[in-house]
Amino acid sequence: MQKPLADVFTWPADEPQLIGSRCERCGAATFPVQSRCPRCPGTMAEILLPRRGTLVSWTTQGFPPVVPFAGDATGENFQPFGVGLVQLDDVVRVEARLTESDPARLDFGMEVELRIVPFYVDADGVEVLTFAFEPVGS
Amino acid sequence: MNDVAIIGIGLHPFGRFGDKTPFQMAADAVEDALVDAGITWSDVQFAVGGSWEATQLDPITGLLGLTGIPFTNVFNACATAASTIDQAAAAIRLGRFDIGLAVGADKHPRGSFKADPARMGMPQWYGENGQYVTTKFFGMKINRYMHDHDISPTTLARVAAKNYRNGSLNPKAFRRNPLSVDEILASPMLNHPLTAYMFCAPDEGAAAVVLCRADLASRFTDAPVFVKATEIRTRNYGAYEVNTTWAAVDEDVSPTVYASRAAYEVAGIGPEEVDVIQLQDTDAGAEVIHMAENGFCVDGEQEKLLAEHATEIAGPLPINTDGGLIANGEPIGASGLRQVHELVTQLRGQAGDRQVPGEPRVGYAQVYGAPGTAAVTILSR
Repeated sequence: MQKPLADVFTWPADEPQLIGSRCERCGAATFPVQSRCPRCPGTMAEILLPRRGTLVSWTTQGFPPVVPFAGDATGENFQPFGVGLVQLDDVVRVEARLTESDPARLDFGMEVELRIVPFYVDADGVEVLTFAFEPVGS
Repeated sequence: MNDVAIIGIGLHPFGRFGDKTPFQMAADAVEDALVDAGITWSDVQFAVGGSWEATQLDPITGLLGLTGIPFTNVFNACATAASTIDQAAAAIRLGRFDIGLAVGADKHPRGSFKADPARMGMPQWYGENGQYVTTKFFGMKINRYMHDHDISPTTLARVAAKNYRNGSLNPKAFRRNPLSVDEILASPMLNHPLTAYMFCAPDEGAAAVVLCRADLASRFTDAPVFVKATEIRTRNYGAYEVNTTWAAVDEDVSPTVYASRAAYEVAGIGPEEVDVIQLQDTDAGAEVIHMAENGFCVDGEQEKLLAEHATEIAGPLPINTDGGLIANGEPIGASGLRQVHELVTQLRGQAGDRQVPGEPRVGYAQVYGAPGTAAVTILSR
């Protein structure tokens, strides 16, 4: 059994996409979906975001995040992960995990693509999936 | 509109204090501030308090005297303490009161800040996914900044080393052991490129300031320090800040830049006139970025300024002379008031071993935190 972390990406899908929203009045986009525009008095409609983007900035998460982190917060089996700000075409930038956590393999402007990856197994034995961006060609 | 003066300051040490409550720490800081001002609790006409862990600080009236005064609690994350001063000063400016108190205290558990993402308007999955971590935002911001403006990891370590060195001169600081640039660089990498010793830690402490109408200040002190500006700003569309799942493609500058510009304008003072500076050094990278965001240098100039020791106590740009957040830690409710305590101490010429030479006249304090809130306070003799 598998299930998504949250309803913020299309799943199951051969080519998964993040689900965002775009203002019908000014074109501002957000991730995830929200009903009110952050820039103008307009209302937002749901859109699927581009799968590929470029890495605006990145860092590593070298210690276990605190509650409500759903991964291994005890530290025993914690695996550092990369985090990035990814620009999806000229639509919006999203903050997301990266599949790569080695600083030597990450670079500014690098092309990345959305992946749905295993995250943790919950108390019912269900594998929870999350979204992460992977350097293209890795 | 009245001008506003600071006539009393009090600071409970920052660090770890066992079972001592934030209310007890706050009451101690208030008593110090009252003694410093030469007044008693019954002279205080109103108070503004701030704390995260305590929710409300007004139970300190049970320790200081149940005088029935208006006591308003404010919360603005890392800008909480600066907001207490802003609100207290505003009430005096507007003529509602003559003498008031700004007080902040906190008592955070060990480790990074813990909270329910929903309290900051963030979705639960953001926390479950391991993204509700303020330190990783600072890692991303300085990583990009270093790439764009040729800042080296050594410069980050120099900032932290300077703040530990200043902290060693401050008997009320949390971390009082100097650390070398090499030790700082060699400590565990928490969020690339930021190592453990480049970060401040949430801790415990309290600070208080007594403010009054400036035309009354001479009754209490012959060394008043005037509040020239208090400005708070939140993020504009286009800013990428702490606690966010997305940002606009068209970048805008951080709320600090807006708060800083507004404060300089209100004060009628420019960055070149500032003699002693307090900046939010959540991490060493934040201090580097905040130097430019507050107008003290241009982007990239920090590399040279740190190599030349310009931000040391005796340098042309003394920054975080009491050790900043890196040496004092960050009890959120008290942190911005600690900055003001240090500025007033410096402007009075009472900072002892860490006194900025040349009789400083103008002091500047900036705080920044979640979810993208900044405050700037400008003081002058």
